[in-house]
Amino acid sequence: MSFKFIKFTGLIFVFFACRDPKVIPNISSQRIPIEKSIKPKPSIENLIKPYKLHIEKSMNEVLCYSINAHSKKEGSLNTAIGNMMADAVFELSAPLLKKRYGLDLDVVLLNHGGIRASLPKGPIRIETAYNIMPFENEVVVSQMKGSVVMDLVNYLRTAKRAHPISGMTLKITKSGELGLLKIQNKPLNLEKTYNIATSDYLHNGGDRMNFFKKNDSVFRLDYKIRNILIDYFGSQDTLKPKADMRFTYTKKR
Amino acid sequence: MNRRKFIKQTAASSALLSLGSLTTACSKKTATKITVLHTNDVHSHIDPFRPDSGKNANKGGVARRATLIQKLRDENPHTLLFDAGDIFQGTPYFNYFGGELEFKLMSMLDYDAATIGNHDFDNGIDGLYAQLPHAKFDFISANYDFSNTVLEADVKPYKIFKKGGVKIGVFGLGIELEGLVNAKAFKETKYLNPVELAQDMSRTLKEKENCDLIICLSHLGYSYKNPQKISDLTLASATENIDLIIGGHTHTFLEKPTAVSNSAGKTVLVNQVGCYGLYLGKVDFYMGSDVTYSNAQLLPVV
Repeated sequence: MSFKFIKFTGLIFVFFACRDPKVIPNISSQRIPIEKSIKPKPSIENLIKPYKLHIEKSMNEVLCYSINAHSKKEGSLNTAIGNMMADAVFELSAPLLKKRYGLDLDVVLLNHGGIRASLPKGPIRIETAYNIMPFENEVVVSQMKGSVVMDLVNYLRTAKRAHPISGMTLKITKSGELGLLKIQNKPLNLEKTYNIATSDYLHNGGDRMNFFKKNDSVFRLDYKIRNILIDYFGSQDTLKPKADMRFTYTKKR
Repeated sequence: MNRRKFIKQTAASSALLSLGSLTTACSKKTATKITVLHTNDVHSHIDPFRPDSGKNANKGGVARRATLIQKLRDENPHTLLFDAGDIFQGTPYFNYFGGELEFKLMSMLDYDAATIGNHDFDNGIDGLYAQLPHAKFDFISANYDFSNTVLEADVKPYKIFKKGGVKIGVFGLGIELEGLVNAKAFKETKYLNPVELAQDMSRTLKEKENCDLIICLSHLGYSYKNPQKISDLTLASATENIDLIIGGHTHTFLEKPTAVSNSAGKTVLVNQVGCYGLYLGKVDFYMGSDVTYSNAQLLPVV
């Protein structure tokens, strides 16, 4: 190891027994930051180049336009971007569920934390879908009794977060009491079986959505949420998602 | 090689600290320096982060890592390079090419071995298998039983390297896949108790294979609030004979390795360098024999 190199890396950690009695004396270690000062190796850059160009070209493809920018932080219990995502999942999953399993979709539930970027204003590209949904999660449909749907509703009213929903209308008081609940515009029937689409991440207990664990019937659609977004964007000319009344606080009387 | 004697001598004689002796120590002919370089959770981060990427801006990048590794190998030919899993998933490079470029690049960087992270199953065990022709390095895992899967013949529990007359045994450990990865992705892969397998492996490597150094590539995670959950720290204290655990999964940025006392009271180092190829970890083992290592005083250089 030369001194030139020490300057070059900037950060060197070396330790011996005399400094820290817990550390084995004949070992030294460094954590070397990979920074701008290190010249990239040309042969590696050359290997990357064609892959990079292919991705850039594809990612830049414009699918539609958004009138405004929308962050998941605007709105309290529902957001424009979350509604767009939940509605897109509903719109594209329902026909697949019908075709593959003969079932009717009732509700979509995603999670607020799963929206990983804002919807920008202007051209919406494939890259936008990757930014909003970088993970590989797929849509799964969980079949649950009305009583378990009630657990789902209880989760939402106590979490008081803008978890994206579609197919359901929910009003709660500021203290979290249930004001109104409708599924497909009908009151919840505790005996009926409902079909709830979500991501496999949440279905596996992500965000502590433990009510999904109570259900034995799960239907896979093999459709990634990101691909749903790409297909949804591709089917639209302009996007104008809105926060609406699907999940709100009750008005004070 | 009498390592214990060597350690004692080093500890006793390292009262003086001087920067000037750094080069002297490293160029001692009689001690062999084994350099272990490592990454973990690179997650398909091939390009450096863009200038607008917040705290990671302009950091990382495989082409830079290649330059650095080349330089370190030139300085010490007795160098090994490992990855502790989650090579896949995180940028469109993975979504578009399924890990082909990641493996090709790691092969060009001359990685010696890697273990398997949960995200390496993201395109299913078949997706991982399909990319193996692009990997010139070996995958090692001792606690995933792949016997009813396509990976059966391709993943070995451990691998032995010889560098400068030093025998280095390296084994891999993976995290429990149930609940973390879709069952349809990992198929018939069986997760076996990592502590038991680590004991078996280190015993085999120490007693049967007579290794001088034993390294574990682990994707178990550094530590957890739940003490029941196996982590690198619990593994280190519950086992014997391991010298270094190179960890991953929890994206833990350690400035230097954590020293843990193992079940026999000996020190194990646990290291992890965060994620996304932002850092390269480097651990140097000075394998002496009858040398009095009086010049081996080193100072932190900031």
